[in-house]
Amino acid sequence: MIKHIIQRLCSTILLLLAVSFFTFWLMHATPGSFFDSLRLNPQISPETVERYEKIYHLKDPLLVQYMHWVINILHGEWGYSFYYNVPVIHVLGSRLFNTFILSLTSFLLTWTVAIPLGVWAALRRNQWVDRVLSVLSFAAFSTPGFFLAVLVLYAASQWGGLPLGGMHSPNYDDMTILGKVRDTLLHLVIPAGVLSLSAMASLQRLMRGNMLGVLRQQYILAARAKGLPEGVVIYRHALRNAFNPMVTLLGYEFASLLSGAALIEIVCSWPGLGSLLLTAVRAKDVYVVMSSTLLAGVLLVMGNILADILLTWVDPRIRYGKKD
Amino acid sequence: MGRKINSNSRTSLAFASFRRNRMGMICLWGLVILYAMAIFADFVSPYSYKDEERNFSYCPPTRIEFRDQGKWAAPFVYHYALTFDAMHRRVYVVDRSQKYPLHFFKGGRLWGVDAPGRFYWWGADARGRDLFSRIWYGARISLSIGLLGVGISFMLGLLIGGLAGFYGGWVDSVLMRICEMFMMLPGFYLMLALRAAVPENFNSVQVYFSVVVILAFIGWASLARIIRGMALSLRERDFVLAAKTMGVPDVVIIFKHILPQTISYSMATLMLTVSSYILAEAGLSVVGLGIQDPVPSWGNLLSDAMSIVPVLFAPWILLPGLFIFIAVMCFNVVGDALRDAFDPMFNE
Repeated sequence: MIKHIIQRLCSTILLLLAVSFFTFWLMHATPGSFFDSLRLNPQISPETVERYEKIYHLKDPLLVQYMHWVINILHGEWGYSFYYNVPVIHVLGSRLFNTFILSLTSFLLTWTVAIPLGVWAALRRNQWVDRVLSVLSFAAFSTPGFFLAVLVLYAASQWGGLPLGGMHSPNYDDMTILGKVRDTLLHLVIPAGVLSLSAMASLQRLMRGNMLGVLRQQYILAARAKGLPEGVVIYRHALRNAFNPMVTLLGYEFASLLSGAALIEIVCSWPGLGSLLLTAVRAKDVYVVMSSTLLAGVLLVMGNILADILLTWVDPRIRYGKKD
Repeated sequence: MGRKINSNSRTSLAFASFRRNRMGMICLWGLVILYAMAIFADFVSPYSYKDEERNFSYCPPTRIEFRDQGKWAAPFVYHYALTFDAMHRRVYVVDRSQKYPLHFFKGGRLWGVDAPGRFYWWGADARGRDLFSRIWYGARISLSIGLLGVGISFMLGLLIGGLAGFYGGWVDSVLMRICEMFMMLPGFYLMLALRAAVPENFNSVQVYFSVVVILAFIGWASLARIIRGMALSLRERDFVLAAKTMGVPDVVIIFKHILPQTISYSMATLMLTVSSYILAEAGLSVVGLGIQDPVPSWGNLLSDAMSIVPVLFAPWILLPGLFIFIAVMCFNVVGDALRDAFDPMFNE
């Protein structure tokens, strides 16, 4: 197991290097850079620009620049945001945390709602519950998340009750700890709910399919024939087997949540990585773009590795590193 | 020869079972109508997509009137006059003194009204452009981008998935690791990063094609994996062995015997991919990084609606979102119905 994780980490590092080099190359392949606008800014002396160019080796070939960037990252030096005028690490820290909160909340929400719903639909196959759920999940799956977010924000603006975007109320700093948590949670409701909805739809369908597949198996028939109570048959025998294939999805699910989060963040003005990346891309703020893509990659890889570990825990048949 | 007839009948069997699926057929017709409206956008819309009238900013939907002073009349519209209310907000009031008859089939367009009057069936946008017209012109972009993008991804997926599945071994594992890499990337982040690489001064055609390429670049990996799985099982079939013993070169086996078989089976996945590309284009355009104004796409039509204030006094600008929903839903349902139609045969 540990060997497997180490292997995964090694391939991950290669992956992250490849992705970051690709992004780096992309950012430089385009005409114009942030330095052009710095040079035109009368408040910034040519010496400052030159100093920056020296620090970031901007006159060197691309590969050398990239090497310097990697070495700096390894030293915990994330570069400088030319747009926000602070070191990248100052902008990134809180943004990463916010995106993490948003993704994690909707992730938990998705799985805790979708799995029981999927099981429920499978047990009531072709009854009205199943039909309603399947229509709803088709609708949810087909609605663009950002559009749904706008609709919900519009509804909230008409009826009130929930904060319209942002992450904190204006008087956040004066609140007690409990009040702060409550305030953040209230602000989370719309973005996390919208984000979960489409993921929920597809997960529910998958879980339903898996469960139906398992219920057709012979061992379920055997368990019933043995006279086990229906609850035991379903929750101990069927559910665990139906759930296994879902765990492999965890990692990819997390990836799509993270991607989806970017747009929702922008619409709900949630101060996360996605909205940061959008401004950075527009301003050609190289080091912010690099760092946020890298961090998004790291989040994903962590999700995938966690899914792997979880899979061995859920399904004892799986042993990594041993050929059977 | 006998095999060919057999495979044809399988496909036609699947289509027959698809035709029995009521929801699938409804959605297929929905798609046909949407594409027809997009193709004939010049004809069905009363104005061109860039025909703007700033005095009619956010003009509400024009009602088509059939009754004039208590009597039936040929359809006409009233003039909408811009005034300000007590709160100094813009409001439009119906000016019943001026009426403009609707004319049909004039100047190559289905309907419209004469010059000083404006006919906004579904309201106007911030610059007084007709939303109805812009939705159909936008459909051209939004609906074609998905198809083109999927076309390119499918080519890539067929090639790479076919190679990986047919050869297996290290070719397979290298190609699949690359695919996994692409699947693990956060798509939207990559899209933003890729878009940063597209020069700002591209014209609308160039932007269109760069969006297509970006979408295809992100989406080919999952298609390749699916095709690889099919190729893996197909290469064990007798007809491949027969071709091999006859000395048919690998390239011919892959392109002539294996890949054509996968196409009909992967059609369901293709439909679902088209819908995800339509959503992705909308997402990119809605944040201002996709298709650029004045050329409309369903995504950039919605970009005005991304802030809550315009939506509050002009809720009709949300309409393009409804069309994204309908198109994506239709593709999903058709894809699902196709899968139901093809699946039992692939599993047999």
